[in-house]
Amino acid sequence: MEKDQDKVLTEVTSGEYKYGFVTDIETEVIPKGLTEDVVRLISAKKEEPEWMLEFRLKAFRHWLTMKMPTWAHLTIPEIDFQEIIYYAAPVQKKGPDSLSDVDPELLKTFDKLGIPLEEQKHLTGVAVDAVMDSISVKTTFRETLAEMGIIFCSFSEAVREHPTLVQKYLASVVPYTDNFFATLNSAVFSDGSFCYIPKGVRCPMELSTYFRINTSNTGQFERTLLIADEESYVSYLEGCTAPMRDENQLHAAVVEIIAERGAEVKYSTVQNWYPGDKNGKGGIYNFVTKRGICKGDDSKISWTQVETGSAVTWKYPSCILRGNNSTGEFYSVAVTNNYQQADTGTKMIHIGKNTKSTIVSKGISAGFGQNSYRGLVKVLGKAEGARNFSQCDSLLLGDKCGAHTFPYIEVDNPTAIVEHEATTSRIGEDQIFYCNQRGISTEDAIGLIVNGYAREVINKLPMEFAVEAQKLLQISLEGSVG
Amino acid sequence: MLQINELRAAIDDKEILKGLTLEVKPGEIHAIMGPNGSGKSTLANVLTGRDIATVTHGSIIFEGRNLLEMSPEERAREGIFLSFQYPIEIPGVSMVNFMKTAINEQRKHRGLDPLSASEFLRQMREKKELVEIDSALTNRSVNEGFSGGEKKKNEIFQMAMLEPRLAVLDETDSGLDIDALRIVANGVNKIRRPDTSVIVITHYQRLLEYIIPDYVHVLYDGRIVRSAGPELALELEERGYDWIRKEADITEESWTTDQK
Repeated sequence: MEKDQDKVLTEVTSGEYKYGFVTDIETEVIPKGLTEDVVRLISAKKEEPEWMLEFRLKAFRHWLTMKMPTWAHLTIPEIDFQEIIYYAAPVQKKGPDSLSDVDPELLKTFDKLGIPLEEQKHLTGVAVDAVMDSISVKTTFRETLAEMGIIFCSFSEAVREHPTLVQKYLASVVPYTDNFFATLNSAVFSDGSFCYIPKGVRCPMELSTYFRINTSNTGQFERTLLIADEESYVSYLEGCTAPMRDENQLHAAVVEIIAERGAEVKYSTVQNWYPGDKNGKGGIYNFVTKRGICKGDDSKISWTQVETGSAVTWKYPSCILRGNNSTGEFYSVAVTNNYQQADTGTKMIHIGKNTKSTIVSKGISAGFGQNSYRGLVKVLGKAEGARNFSQCDSLLLGDKCGAHTFPYIEVDNPTAIVEHEATTSRIGEDQIFYCNQRGISTEDAIGLIVNGYAREVINKLPMEFAVEAQKLLQISLEGSVG
Repeated sequence: MLQINELRAAIDDKEILKGLTLEVKPGEIHAIMGPNGSGKSTLANVLTGRDIATVTHGSIIFEGRNLLEMSPEERAREGIFLSFQYPIEIPGVSMVNFMKTAINEQRKHRGLDPLSASEFLRQMREKKELVEIDSALTNRSVNEGFSGGEKKKNEIFQMAMLEPRLAVLDETDSGLDIDALRIVANGVNKIRRPDTSVIVITHYQRLLEYIIPDYVHVLYDGRIVRSAGPELALELEERGYDWIRKEADITEESWTTDQK
């Protein structure tokens, strides 16, 4: 019986990665390795102003003094940062103004990924900034959004066209000294998205960035800066995929969010970087720093993430709740299958009065996967009436995977109420059989149970993506029964 | 429709079923009674393909097909339904979603299109009334937080939705008060089509007052030791199982003696 179970387990956990193809396109790459000259070269390629280069150089010099952090519950072979290519760009006409200027191969690539760049093909009113390797390929619906005063463009364009805004907010939430990977990103970041929602504007469509790694041996270092001015609202979504390769590839991104008084930002991620093969070979190393600040009173930042990809995930989307009555939320589903490892969670820093935070983390481990929740709830002395509720659930499929929880709670105000709940469960053989007896196959049963388990988080995603995320969960766990 | 022939099955090398033979024709109701440990639940497991027991000998033919070669889900799609003695809770999976998946898998197996949402909901409403199940229950997760009686009603509700050819009711009466028992039993009678066969596995006679069997079999030590009409159930109720036990042991004894 044990044997049978193992067999089914192996079968269900060997699902295929659908986005593993490579686009054959002329790509400009710089030599591998990281030196001050490389930083200057990247800046020059992007024709950046002096202040941007200065920022990069400061970061680079600081990075040289840093060591890669080792506190996470992850086993990572040493990364040789001199073996990575820090800039790779599909060759195309400069600043494609219309779609006809975009290389058809690129259009095909994004079509294949389910991200059509033709605006009329969008049924749902989603504006997309498509990023391939180091540069933004195309941002859709810019004109429509511009009419409302919304700026949505690639980071490089923002540096050129909105330098005051960029200078004001860049590194204001994640300083260039923040951590090893954020500092590296500050030195070599190539592109990403920039978004500004003016006062009182409710962004009428989902904004999204789609990240694609294509070139081998390159790292992707994108940077996203999202500013919601007073009383504004925006829902933002990012998605990511990469080709299947035997070598590991590095992705180190920084996302900063600023919510002014009364503003609300919903930031959703569906992360599906190549996870490596079933023996743990290849896959993306995903080291991401995401942080938002609820700067003004009554503001709200909500992170939702569905993490199914990457060989290694190191990621803690956080909220600094500075404004009074501000709210921070973190909803997460993280799947580790085969030899994937994830150390992910959040930090909620309560500074303002009556600040509220909610954390719902759902880990799913299968195969030999290792899944850790790491979270910090910190209530500062002046945060009268702060409230936090955390729920960390782990679901295990099989007996060779692991789930770990590392909650840190620091409370310096006696009026604070902090609650933490945790559960660990396992998909039982009897549950599977019950489904089988009603005509439901083992794989579909696991899909049902896993989606039921993750529903609370999936429901937080914009509707169009919730369906995608559900399918993705099922595919990620294909072949893994307990 | 179902022929069980000389069936032997073991759990962890311990033989539980020791040559069981039973034939069920379309539309017949067979009650299988017997003391604890006689192999009643193992029979349910073997019929539905649960891999707790290993079949070592004999055959089961269902509608002309070798049942033992079929996966549990295939058997279910072919129309074998088990009302579980202990229904399983599946947190997070709504009854609606669960039932819709099950029905559509069965339809797919039979080459039919999935039910439309409105038709599905209509059937849900209709069948809920049949088994007098509280509407709110079907909006909850599968069996989660259901009382014992609600769980059993929910089994019969699922049976009504799936319209099986062969229903196996495993101790469906256990844990039910008399009202719930009546509702559940009447539910079974109402949803049964003329050609639906039922195997009622039970310890007590009381369920058989509502679901009247065509045959009553006594299972003892892995074998059917006596078969008769419904009157046998009453006799068992009155006299207990001891006389069967004695009788069976004697036969066994004399048989071994003969061997010597």
